[in-house]
Amino acid sequence: MYKKRLDGRKPSEFRKASAEVGVVKNAVGSARFQIGKTSAYAAVYGPREIIPRHKMSAKSGVLRCNYNMMPFSGMGDRVRPGNNRRSTEISYVTENSLLPVLDLKKFPNTGVDVFIELDQTDAGSRCAGITAASLALADAGFAMKDLVVAVAVGSVDGTLVVDLSYEEEDFDAPVADIPFAIIPSTGEVTLLQMDGKLSQETLMKAYDMAKKAADEIYDIMKSALKKRYD
Amino acid sequence: MIKMNETMKKHLQNSISNGIRLDGRKLEEFRKLEVETGVVATAEGSARVKLGNTELIAGVKMAVMSPYSDRPDEGTLMVNAELTAMSHEKYKLGPPEADAIEIARVVDRGIRESHAIDVGKLCITKGEKVWMVGIDIVTINTDGNLIDAAGIATLAAIKDAFFPEYDGENVDYKKKTKNKVPLNSEPLPVTVFKIGKDLVLDPTFSEEEAADARITVTILADGTLCSLQKGGNATFTRDELDKATKLAVKMRKKLKWN
Repeated sequence: MYKKRLDGRKPSEFRKASAEVGVVKNAVGSARFQIGKTSAYAAVYGPREIIPRHKMSAKSGVLRCNYNMMPFSGMGDRVRPGNNRRSTEISYVTENSLLPVLDLKKFPNTGVDVFIELDQTDAGSRCAGITAASLALADAGFAMKDLVVAVAVGSVDGTLVVDLSYEEEDFDAPVADIPFAIIPSTGEVTLLQMDGKLSQETLMKAYDMAKKAADEIYDIMKSALKKRYD
Repeated sequence: MIKMNETMKKHLQNSISNGIRLDGRKLEEFRKLEVETGVVATAEGSARVKLGNTELIAGVKMAVMSPYSDRPDEGTLMVNAELTAMSHEKYKLGPPEADAIEIARVVDRGIRESHAIDVGKLCITKGEKVWMVGIDIVTINTDGNLIDAAGIATLAAIKDAFFPEYDGENVDYKKKTKNKVPLNSEPLPVTVFKIGKDLVLDPTFSEEEAADARITVTILADGTLCSLQKGGNATFTRDELDKATKLAVKMRKKLKWN
């Protein structure tokens, strides 16, 4: 059993988190979200022309997200710049996690680009990216039903813990990692993935822990947005 | 931000010829420079540079590799720059374009040709293993004068870097040693822009668009020039070249942080 967390946190405790909006001045909206040593920037450009044009829609603006790790942001060797299979998948699930709250119908035949850049990572980078992206879209002033908060819950040697660090993901025992993205006001799930083995009951417990953590992160996000207008 | 066209360009050149800049600076005045080191936990060394609204991060990653066969006892240096789509609407996703490659190469040459890094001390086993010092420059927000900002960030990141532990087989990136990258001198690029007939330092993005030519002079702390790069499609006369390089040397001596 994994009783004491490697960094001394309680099972339900996420790492120290902070958020700031308006960090990329050239962008329409932007944010930086940090949780522990994982840090994500997100910047929004658009609505603007879509290239290639066949990707545009007459019904709605098109959201396009791009997740990228800076070359020095990995816990080890240099990360080669440019897209790979992992980043392409993360970009795709990020779009899907944000679309349920976002209304781009007022902007047909345009694209809204969200660029997510990780400057340092210690696990949980897709979650930090989604959280930062949702803040950046809100900062840009797009119509949204709510923010989206993403946080991972994992089972480390049979114990459920919130917001795994890289050390915990790498723990020498069975580990299951479940990134959740949640709409705080409704509790709806917009991103769900898992690596590892888990019982159905444990999954539901994990959801409950993720929702509780998401609600707390939600408060941090809301105060970052309000701070911009103080 | 101002959208540049021929009229705007002329207007901006006119103001500059009267010594007036949009933000009230003198022609030879830099914007506020902020340098923060140790900003990336996953890098061996790092620095964030803010020069007005231009912001970028340089990170150093070290790796063990085989030396090049013609330099069996020398470590290697690699500089790469990413002008992210996040940092300006004009940048696109995809492999680096000529502007990013030029920035990386100018910064690289400044360090390489000044022999600022003692590559001999990066050798682990002659002909077999050497350290590679990899420097990546990534833009957060771009508002002109990227080469100078990138050069400052690169030097600050190298000075911040410690070798990771190496047991002869594997590099343990989680453990930093107390060994610093061997640095002999401190090259910094200073770029002088020619706008109309005037020489201007540290332009904003709009001012850069109104410039016809530029010259980047990489200079050591004692004023020795160690690399040059002329850019843009206008010319420099002998007199302008003299003035521009003198101006660059004067500015290099003023560039200090922390």
